[in-house]
Amino acid sequence: MGERLERAAGLSATAASTGGGAGRRASRLFHGHPKVGLGALLSGPLLWLIVVYLGSLAVLVVSAFFTIDEFTNQPTTQLTTANVEEVLGTRAFWDTVIRSVAVASAVTLLSLVLALPMAFYVAKLAKPWARRSLIVAATLPLWAGYLVKAYAMRAVFEPGGSGGQGGGFLQGAVGWTPGFGRTAVVLTLTYLWLPYMILPIYAGLDRLPTSLLDASGDLGARPLRTFRSVILPLLVPAIAAGSIFTFSLSLGDYITVKIVGSKTQLIGNLIERTLLAPNQPLAAAFTLWPIVIMIAYLIVVARLGAFESL
Amino acid sequence: MNLSGASYWALRVFTWMVLGLLYLPLAIIVILSFNTATSLSWPPDGLWLDWWRKAAAADAPRDALWTSVKLALASTGVALVLGTCLSFALARYRFFGRSSLSFLVVLPIALPGIVTGVALRNTFLRLGWDLGFRTVVLGHGTFCIVLAFNNVIARLRRMAPNVQEASADLGAHGMQTFRLVTFPLIRSALLAGGLLAFALSFDEIIVTTFTAGAGVETLPQWILNNFARPNNVPLVTVVATVVMLLSIPLAWLAQRLTGEPTGLGAGR
Amino acid sequence: MTRKRLLAGLAASALVLAACGSDDSGGGADTTAAAPSGTEAAATTAAADTSVAAGGGGEALTELGEGEGQVNLIAWAGYVEDGSTDPAVDWVTGFEEETGCNVNVKIGNTSDEMVALMQSGEYDGVSASGDATLRLIAGGEVSPVNTDLIPNYADVFPDLKDQAHNTVDGVSYGVPHGRGANLLVFNTDSFPSAPDSWGVMFEPDSPAKGGVSIYDAPIYIADAAVYLMATQPDLGITNPYALDETQFAAAVDLLNQQKDLAGQYWSLYTDQQTALEAGSVTAGTTWQVIVNLATANGAKIGAVKPKEGATGWSDTWMISSKAQNPNCMYMWMNHIISPEANAGVAEWFGEAPSNAKSCALTSDANHCDTFHAEDTAFWEDVFYWTTPTATCLDGRDVACVPFTEWVNAWNELRA
Repeated sequence: MGERLERAAGLSATAASTGGGAGRRASRLFHGHPKVGLGALLSGPLLWLIVVYLGSLAVLVVSAFFTIDEFTNQPTTQLTTANVEEVLGTRAFWDTVIRSVAVASAVTLLSLVLALPMAFYVAKLAKPWARRSLIVAATLPLWAGYLVKAYAMRAVFEPGGSGGQGGGFLQGAVGWTPGFGRTAVVLTLTYLWLPYMILPIYAGLDRLPTSLLDASGDLGARPLRTFRSVILPLLVPAIAAGSIFTFSLSLGDYITVKIVGSKTQLIGNLIERTLLAPNQPLAAAFTLWPIVIMIAYLIVVARLGAFESL
Repeated sequence: MNLSGASYWALRVFTWMVLGLLYLPLAIIVILSFNTATSLSWPPDGLWLDWWRKAAAADAPRDALWTSVKLALASTGVALVLGTCLSFALARYRFFGRSSLSFLVVLPIALPGIVTGVALRNTFLRLGWDLGFRTVVLGHGTFCIVLAFNNVIARLRRMAPNVQEASADLGAHGMQTFRLVTFPLIRSALLAGGLLAFALSFDEIIVTTFTAGAGVETLPQWILNNFARPNNVPLVTVVATVVMLLSIPLAWLAQRLTGEPTGLGAGR
Repeated sequence: MTRKRLLAGLAASALVLAACGSDDSGGGADTTAAAPSGTEAAATTAAADTSVAAGGGGEALTELGEGEGQVNLIAWAGYVEDGSTDPAVDWVTGFEEETGCNVNVKIGNTSDEMVALMQSGEYDGVSASGDATLRLIAGGEVSPVNTDLIPNYADVFPDLKDQAHNTVDGVSYGVPHGRGANLLVFNTDSFPSAPDSWGVMFEPDSPAKGGVSIYDAPIYIADAAVYLMATQPDLGITNPYALDETQFAAAVDLLNQQKDLAGQYWSLYTDQQTALEAGSVTAGTTWQVIVNLATANGAKIGAVKPKEGATGWSDTWMISSKAQNPNCMYMWMNHIISPEANAGVAEWFGEAPSNAKSCALTSDANHCDTFHAEDTAFWEDVFYWTTPTATCLDGRDVACVPFTEWVNAWNELRA
């Protein structure tokens, strides 16, 4: 193959490229030695991802086993399991982790419930010319910005004073608001991540041939049955893909929690608070939870085919 | 599939309702930027342009905006280069650890930002680096790689492999093939991935908080710092409105250019 | 199989990497903190007579040089005002024009945050409360201060100088900024007559239930201890920062009980300010500056120091051992304790100034009287924030609960 290329290059000498000799020599090198090409392609990202990122994660995990000098609050290299024992042995911390998983799951489910009918309408029922605009309209809010939207929701939920004065949108327009707290957190997080759920489901539905749905109808299935038995199973990878974002972004969030959550604390708040104590090893011990949970989650959704539907 | 008229209309109304809910809070912020009172109370006490005048004169948000733009461009560049390299490697070659790599590339964006932020910050401090612009670019670049990677590899998988062989048969060497054949074909995927990476980096706050030093203030950081100060709240609503008015048309333009809705690689 | 080996190799190298890294950044961390580490720092300074190097740590400046053009500070909210909060409140712009040192300030919300920020080495100085100062000194984060280079130091109230929290073995580590007490803020609608006890924040039947605003930091446990000093004297607490296991457990129980009353835990001062303005706080622990800001925006509130006493602060400006701009930092320290600037900040923040000459310069002639700047008796039941250590601060021969346990307990409480 390399030979062939040389002859071809010689024959088409008139096709002198602006890439010049260096480009040709490089190409020959890569072509004749495929492993070198692979190596060159991979070295940059690998160096980055494995050494920098994975390495940082590994160091973080290891630092969870360091002690902290009681007086200077600096981590020392003496190893101890005290931090992990503290994290696993305290009831209150288990409550926080369970609460975080519950919130993340609630957000995922709520996003799914909102996204599914909407994506179905846009993908299958809307007129083709409207389809494009509708899906774009659904994704544009992503560009408005995370903080802007979180504070916008604060303006929506603000309870104001005891007489209701100074209240936000809901208080002013409807006279009632759930106020700040866990409900506001779930609703705000859903609001923030909804487009991340809509998109993959829309793409998945788009890929679904309408003939399949017609065939199901021909076989006597009512629409709901078709949905349950045909559409939903085929959408599992797309739903799994969307859920990665709604789940993980909610699990680790601490800023939205601070903005609309009042006294609520999720695992991200615990980590931030501990880091600021400062007690870096204990904070690292807390981070073990989201790491373990997300890796397990990713393994499950990978099996469901999420990575192909991202 | 035969849907009854009622179901069709129910779905249609539902869709419009969800869309309305998506935009309502944003509209509230825009209206509040004209509010005479400094709080987020509703309905607004009155409307005036004072905050807009003050925002026009303020330096800090402009500087922060510029910092965010520079940062996003740098991170996007990094992410595009690394993500494209990786997608070529995965699409064209078979090697040990291939599936682990696709798992690995999603990890930075799938793990909560606080974990990534804390991990990277620790590493930078241990290495003795000063936290600043460079460290934030590294942080952002890390989780943006997946965006470039997803879009490019989706396109590569759709691309017929013999296109490159045909080019070789016609006498082009590897570099020429890349420049004249492959690149034009993946260009829109690069654009899509690049736009997503830009948006994500521009908007990011958590990893930024941990990797930025004293000297860097991105727009999200400025918003976070100033929204907490009651007297500056209206200023922030103005800046938020401006950002929305700038970025939403940009996003619309972006998806026109790429020809597909800018998902994380969705749109096959 | 190969994958497992890879993982093992990665873990091993991570361990090595982590170990190497820590040694570099640890400073004095490897040495067991048996005796107060001040002795080490003192030994270093005794030998030092060269002018300071940025990043060396542990040596005081011998000569004031030219300003470096900027200074990066960590400060409590309201300490470094440049007119952006209120155009009339500005003691920074004048300083910047005079010295050419551009001031960049990062607001620390708690002492713990300030310690964490100082550890990053990116700042030149900090306004540290007593629960941060000794931690910073022990950790090698701050250098001693050569008070000869600070002319205004001579005018500082004598009972603020050479205190346990800012002086170690005769070596001064900072200049006093001012002092104040944490106050009880109350909503005048809920309390037409001012309450006089912290009980409104702790007692289960308190009328303030549901709207209590609590400072979100581990040091707040001391406030519970202050209340217990009055309500449970048989616990024998004499110093709210020197708590043995029994006393500590009692304080934590009280705080757990308080959760039912809580409406808000604040660390950002503006969070409490916003809540006060919105009227959702019935009673809370606060700083005078927050009360001032909220009242200016129409909040109907008042503030008192309850009869049980209160926790408080006596803050010290300290210079980082890794300061990039030491000369500007010295100039700032001199400026902030100058009569005019100190009067300005004391009035704005609502505290007693540290410079005796400031009392004549406050716009409210009674400011120093109101804040007991010259009244030593007032400060007898104000317990300045200080770092709890295992060696009891009141000298008892029992095991006291160290601050790391305070952090864990607070984490657990708030989780």
